[in-house]
Amino acid sequence: MVAQLKSEIIMRRDIFQAIADPTRRAIVMLLAVNVMTPNAIAEHFDSSRQAVSKHLQILVECDLLKQEQQGREIYYHLNAVKMNEVEHWLKQFKALLETRFSQLDEVLTQLKNTKK
Amino acid sequence: MSKAILMNFQVDKENKQVKVDRSFNAPIDMVWPAWTQSEILDQWWAPKPWKANTKSMSFTNGGKWLYAMEGPQGEKHWSVCEYSGIKPVQEFTGRTAFCDEEGYVKPGDPQSNWHVVFNEDGDATKVAIVITFDELKDLEAHIQMGFKEGFTMGLQNLDEYLVGK
Repeated sequence: MVAQLKSEIIMRRDIFQAIADPTRRAIVMLLAVNVMTPNAIAEHFDSSRQAVSKHLQILVECDLLKQEQQGREIYYHLNAVKMNEVEHWLKQFKALLETRFSQLDEVLTQLKNTKK
Repeated sequence: MSKAILMNFQVDKENKQVKVDRSFNAPIDMVWPAWTQSEILDQWWAPKPWKANTKSMSFTNGGKWLYAMEGPQGEKHWSVCEYSGIKPVQEFTGRTAFCDEEGYVKPGDPQSNWHVVFNEDGDATKVAIVITFDELKDLEAHIQMGFKEGFTMGLQNLDEYLVGK
Protein backbone atom coordinates (compact mmCIF):
# COMPACT_ATOMS: atom_id res chain seq x y z
CA MET A 1 0.00 0.00 0.00
CA VAL A 2 2.74 2.41 1.01
CA ALA A 3 4.91 1.24 -1.85
CA GLN A 4 2.02 1.71 -4.21
CA LEU A 5 1.41 5.22 -2.95
CA LYS A 6 5.09 6.04 -3.26
CA SER A 7 5.27 4.84 -6.83
CA GLU A 8 2.15 6.83 -7.59
CA ILE A 9 3.79 9.94 -6.24
CA ILE A 10 6.94 9.35 -8.26
CA MET A 11 4.91 8.70 -11.37
CA ARG A 12 2.81 11.80 -10.94
CA ARG A 13 5.81 13.95 -10.14
CA ASP A 14 7.24 13.02 -13.47
CA ILE A 15 4.33 14.65 -15.21
CA PHE A 16 5.15 17.95 -13.62
CA GLN A 17 8.77 17.50 -14.52
CA ALA A 18 7.67 16.79 -18.05
CA ILE A 19 5.79 20.04 -18.46
CA ALA A 20 8.34 22.11 -16.55
CA ASP A 21 10.50 22.33 -19.67
CA PRO A 22 9.52 24.83 -22.41
CA THR A 23 10.51 22.55 -25.31
CA ARG A 24 8.50 19.70 -23.87
CA ARG A 25 5.52 21.99 -23.36
CA ALA A 26 5.80 23.03 -27.01
CA ILE A 27 5.92 19.37 -28.09
CA VAL A 28 2.80 18.65 -26.07
CA MET A 29 1.07 21.62 -27.71
CA LEU A 30 2.05 20.40 -31.17
CA LEU A 31 0.78 16.92 -30.49
CA ALA A 32 -2.45 18.24 -29.06
CA VAL A 33 -3.51 18.98 -32.63
CA ASN A 34 -1.66 16.34 -34.62
CA VAL A 35 -0.21 12.87 -34.54
CA MET A 36 3.40 13.32 -35.69
CA THR A 37 6.61 11.49 -36.55
CA PRO A 38 9.80 12.42 -34.65
CA ASN A 39 11.19 14.06 -37.80
CA ALA A 40 8.14 16.25 -38.25
CA ILE A 41 8.34 17.26 -34.58
CA ALA A 42 12.07 18.05 -34.78
CA GLU A 43 11.46 20.39 -37.74
CA HIS A 44 9.63 22.73 -35.39
CA PHE A 45 12.64 23.27 -33.17
CA ASP A 46 16.10 24.75 -33.51
CA SER A 47 17.53 22.11 -31.21
CA SER A 48 19.21 19.02 -32.59
CA ARG A 49 17.22 15.92 -33.49
CA GLN A 50 18.94 14.13 -30.60
CA ALA A 51 17.81 16.79 -28.16
CA VAL A 52 14.23 16.60 -29.40
CA SER A 53 14.37 12.83 -29.28
CA LYS A 54 15.52 13.01 -25.67
CA HIS A 55 12.55 15.21 -24.82
CA LEU A 56 10.23 12.77 -26.58
CA GLN A 57 11.71 9.94 -24.57
CA ILE A 58 11.05 11.74 -21.28
CA LEU A 59 7.48 12.49 -22.31
CA VAL A 60 6.94 8.83 -23.21
CA GLU A 61 8.41 7.72 -19.89
CA CYS A 62 5.97 9.98 -18.09
CA ASP A 63 3.19 8.41 -20.09
CA LEU A 64 2.26 11.77 -21.56
CA LEU A 65 2.96 10.57 -25.10
CA LYS A 66 2.28 7.26 -26.78
CA GLN A 67 4.24 5.75 -29.62
CA GLU A 68 2.64 3.91 -32.48
CA GLN A 69 4.39 2.03 -35.23
CA GLN A 70 2.83 2.44 -38.67
CA GLY A 71 4.84 0.72 -41.37
CA ARG A 72 8.37 2.07 -41.09
CA GLU A 73 7.40 5.20 -39.24
CA ILE A 74 6.86 5.83 -35.56
CA TYR A 75 4.09 8.24 -34.70
CA TYR A 76 3.67 10.09 -31.43
CA HIS A 77 0.35 11.05 -30.02
CA LEU A 78 -0.75 12.75 -26.85
CA ASN A 79 -2.10 10.76 -23.92
CA ALA A 80 -4.72 13.31 -22.95
CA VAL A 81 -5.88 11.40 -19.88
CA LYS A 82 -2.46 11.88 -18.35
CA MET A 83 -2.43 15.58 -19.06
CA ASN A 84 -5.62 15.93 -17.06
CA GLU A 85 -3.86 14.89 -13.87
CA VAL A 86 -2.18 18.28 -13.66
CA GLU A 87 -5.55 19.94 -13.94
CA HIS A 88 -6.88 17.55 -11.33
CA TRP A 89 -4.35 18.72 -8.73
CA LEU A 90 -4.96 22.35 -9.56
CA LYS A 91 -8.68 21.83 -9.11
CA GLN A 92 -8.10 20.25 -5.73
CA PHE A 93 -5.92 23.14 -4.70
CA LYS A 94 -8.58 25.57 -5.81
CA ALA A 95 -11.21 23.71 -3.82
CA LEU A 96 -8.92 23.72 -0.77
CA LEU A 97 -8.60 27.50 -0.96
CA GLU A 98 -12.35 27.88 -1.43
CA THR A 99 -12.98 25.81 1.69
CA ARG A 100 -10.44 27.76 3.66
CA PHE A 101 -11.80 31.14 2.60
CA SER A 102 -15.41 30.24 3.28
CA GLN A 103 -14.26 29.33 6.80
CA LEU A 104 -12.62 32.74 7.03
CA ASP A 105 -15.94 34.29 5.96
CA GLU A 106 -17.58 32.61 8.93
CA VAL A 107 -14.87 33.77 11.32
CA LEU A 108 -15.17 37.34 10.07
CA THR A 109 -18.93 37.26 10.51
CA GLN A 110 -18.47 36.08 14.10
CA LEU A 111 -15.90 38.81 14.74
CA LYS A 112 -18.26 41.44 13.39
CA ASN A 113 -21.07 40.21 15.62
CA THR A 114 -18.97 40.24 18.77
CA LYS A 115 -17.79 43.75 17.98
CA LYS A 116 -21.34 45.11 17.77
CA MET B 1 -24.31 39.73 3.90
CA SER B 2 -25.82 38.25 0.76
CA LYS B 3 -23.31 40.08 -1.41
CA ALA B 4 -21.86 37.64 -3.91
CA ILE B 5 -18.30 36.71 -3.10
CA LEU B 6 -16.16 35.95 -6.09
CA MET B 7 -12.92 34.14 -6.21
CA ASN B 8 -10.67 34.54 -9.18
CA PHE B 9 -8.26 31.64 -9.63
CA GLN B 10 -5.59 31.77 -12.32
CA VAL B 11 -2.83 29.32 -13.05
CA ASP B 12 0.40 30.41 -14.65
CA LYS B 13 2.27 27.17 -15.27
CA GLU B 14 5.15 28.92 -16.99
CA ASN B 15 6.00 30.88 -13.86
CA LYS B 16 4.81 28.12 -11.51
CA GLN B 17 2.31 30.48 -10.00
CA VAL B 18 -1.24 30.38 -8.86
CA LYS B 19 -2.95 33.75 -8.56
CA VAL B 20 -6.00 34.11 -6.40
CA ASP B 21 -8.18 37.15 -5.80
CA ARG B 22 -10.81 36.93 -3.14
CA SER B 23 -12.93 39.56 -1.50
CA PHE B 24 -14.08 39.35 2.10
CA ASN B 25 -17.14 41.05 3.41
CA ALA B 26 -15.38 42.81 6.29
CA PRO B 27 -13.25 45.93 6.72
CA ILE B 28 -9.51 45.72 6.24
CA ASP B 29 -8.77 46.29 9.94
CA MET B 30 -10.58 43.03 10.59
CA VAL B 31 -9.29 41.00 7.65
CA TRP B 32 -5.62 41.84 8.25
CA PRO B 33 -5.56 40.44 11.81
CA ALA B 34 -7.42 37.34 10.59
CA TRP B 35 -4.44 36.59 8.34
CA THR B 36 -1.68 37.63 10.71
CA GLN B 37 -2.74 36.67 14.26
CA SER B 38 -2.43 33.03 15.15
CA GLU B 39 -5.53 33.00 17.43
CA ILE B 40 -7.66 33.85 14.40
CA LEU B 41 -5.66 31.83 11.88
CA ASP B 42 -6.20 28.75 14.04
CA GLN B 43 -9.92 29.19 13.51
CA TRP B 44 -9.96 28.99 9.73
CA TRP B 45 -6.65 27.94 8.17
CA ALA B 46 -7.25 24.19 8.40
CA PRO B 47 -10.09 22.65 6.42
CA LYS B 48 -12.56 21.22 8.95
CA PRO B 49 -12.58 18.79 10.70
CA TRP B 50 -8.85 19.40 10.78
CA LYS B 51 -7.61 22.07 13.12
CA ALA B 52 -4.66 24.37 12.95
CA ASN B 53 -2.93 24.54 16.30
CA THR B 54 -0.25 27.17 16.78
CA LYS B 55 2.91 26.29 18.66
CA SER B 56 4.58 29.66 18.18
CA MET B 57 3.99 32.80 16.19
CA SER B 58 6.16 35.79 15.49
CA PHE B 59 4.65 37.95 12.80
CA THR B 60 7.78 39.97 12.04
CA ASN B 61 10.20 40.04 9.14
CA GLY B 62 12.21 36.85 9.53
CA GLY B 63 9.76 35.62 12.15
CA LYS B 64 7.84 32.36 11.89
CA TRP B 65 4.48 30.79 12.44
CA LEU B 66 4.89 27.19 13.56
CA TYR B 67 1.70 25.20 13.69
CA ALA B 68 0.30 21.71 13.39
CA MET B 69 -2.59 20.60 11.25
CA GLU B 70 -4.40 18.17 13.53
CA GLY B 71 -6.71 15.56 12.12
CA PRO B 72 -9.75 13.98 13.75
CA GLN B 73 -7.77 10.80 14.47
CA GLY B 74 -5.03 12.75 16.17
CA GLU B 75 -2.72 12.81 13.16
CA LYS B 76 -0.45 15.83 12.99
CA HIS B 77 1.27 17.58 10.11
CA TRP B 78 3.67 20.28 11.18
CA SER B 79 4.04 23.35 9.01
CA VAL B 80 6.05 26.50 9.19
CA CYS B 81 5.57 29.87 7.55
CA GLU B 82 8.43 32.36 7.49
CA TYR B 83 7.49 35.98 7.02
CA SER B 84 9.13 38.77 5.08
CA GLY B 85 8.20 42.01 3.33
CA ILE B 86 5.65 42.96 5.96
CA LYS B 87 3.91 46.28 5.37
CA PRO B 88 1.29 46.53 8.12
CA VAL B 89 -2.30 46.38 6.89
CA GLN B 90 -1.02 46.24 3.30
CA GLU B 91 0.94 43.14 2.44
CA PHE B 92 3.28 40.36 3.52
CA THR B 93 5.07 37.37 2.12
CA GLY B 94 5.05 33.98 3.76
CA ARG B 95 7.25 31.08 2.78
CA THR B 96 5.53 27.86 3.77
CA ALA B 97 6.85 24.36 4.15
CA PHE B 98 6.21 21.13 5.96
CA CYS B 99 8.55 20.60 8.86
CA ASP B 100 9.02 18.72 12.10
CA GLU B 101 7.81 19.71 15.53
CA GLU B 102 10.75 22.08 15.96
CA GLY B 103 10.15 23.79 12.66
CA TYR B 104 13.00 22.05 10.88
CA VAL B 105 12.44 21.79 7.12
CA LYS B 106 14.16 18.91 5.37
CA PRO B 107 16.27 20.19 2.50
CA GLY B 108 14.53 19.47 -0.77
CA ASP B 109 11.04 19.39 0.73
CA PRO B 110 8.39 21.26 -1.20
CA GLN B 111 7.99 24.93 -0.36
CA SER B 112 5.79 27.67 -1.63
CA ASN B 113 5.82 31.42 -1.40
CA TRP B 114 2.66 33.34 -0.61
CA HIS B 115 2.59 37.02 -1.44
CA VAL B 116 -0.59 38.43 0.07
CA VAL B 117 -1.81 41.96 -0.66
CA PHE B 118 -4.78 43.61 1.04
CA ASN B 119 -6.88 46.38 -0.47
CA GLU B 120 -9.77 48.29 0.99
CA ASP B 121 -12.91 48.09 -1.12
CA GLY B 122 -15.63 50.06 0.62
CA ASP B 123 -16.74 47.99 3.59
CA ALA B 124 -15.13 44.94 2.07
CA THR B 125 -11.51 43.90 1.60
CA LYS B 126 -9.89 42.50 -1.49
CA VAL B 127 -7.08 40.06 -0.93
CA ALA B 128 -4.77 39.29 -3.84
CA ILE B 129 -2.53 36.28 -3.40
CA VAL B 130 0.27 35.09 -5.63
CA ILE B 131 1.49 31.63 -4.67
CA THR B 132 4.78 30.66 -6.26
CA PHE B 133 5.90 27.06 -6.12
CA ASP B 134 9.57 26.20 -6.40
CA GLU B 135 8.34 23.43 -8.64
CA LEU B 136 4.81 23.12 -9.88
CA LYS B 137 4.98 19.48 -8.91
CA ASP B 138 5.24 20.66 -5.30
CA LEU B 139 1.64 21.70 -5.60
CA GLU B 140 0.73 18.07 -5.87
CA ALA B 141 2.96 17.14 -2.95
CA HIS B 142 1.37 19.95 -1.00
CA ILE B 143 -2.06 18.46 -1.44
CA GLN B 144 -1.07 14.81 -1.29
CA MET B 145 1.20 14.90 1.74
CA GLY B 146 -0.66 17.33 3.88
CA PHE B 147 -4.27 17.53 3.26
CA LYS B 148 -5.78 14.95 1.05
CA GLU B 149 -7.98 13.45 3.70
CA GLY B 150 -8.79 16.55 5.63
CA PHE B 151 -9.43 18.47 2.52
CA THR B 152 -11.96 16.01 1.16
CA MET B 153 -13.73 16.11 4.49
CA GLY B 154 -13.49 19.88 4.39
CA LEU B 155 -15.47 19.90 1.20
CA GLN B 156 -18.19 17.73 2.71
CA ASN B 157 -18.26 20.15 5.57
CA LEU B 158 -18.72 23.03 3.18
CA ASP B 159 -21.55 21.22 1.45
CA GLU B 160 -23.31 20.71 4.77
CA TYR B 161 -22.78 24.33 5.56
CA LEU B 162 -24.28 25.41 2.25
CA VAL B 163 -27.24 23.07 2.60
CA GLY B 164 -27.89 24.46 6.06
CA LYS B 165 -28.13 27.99 4.66
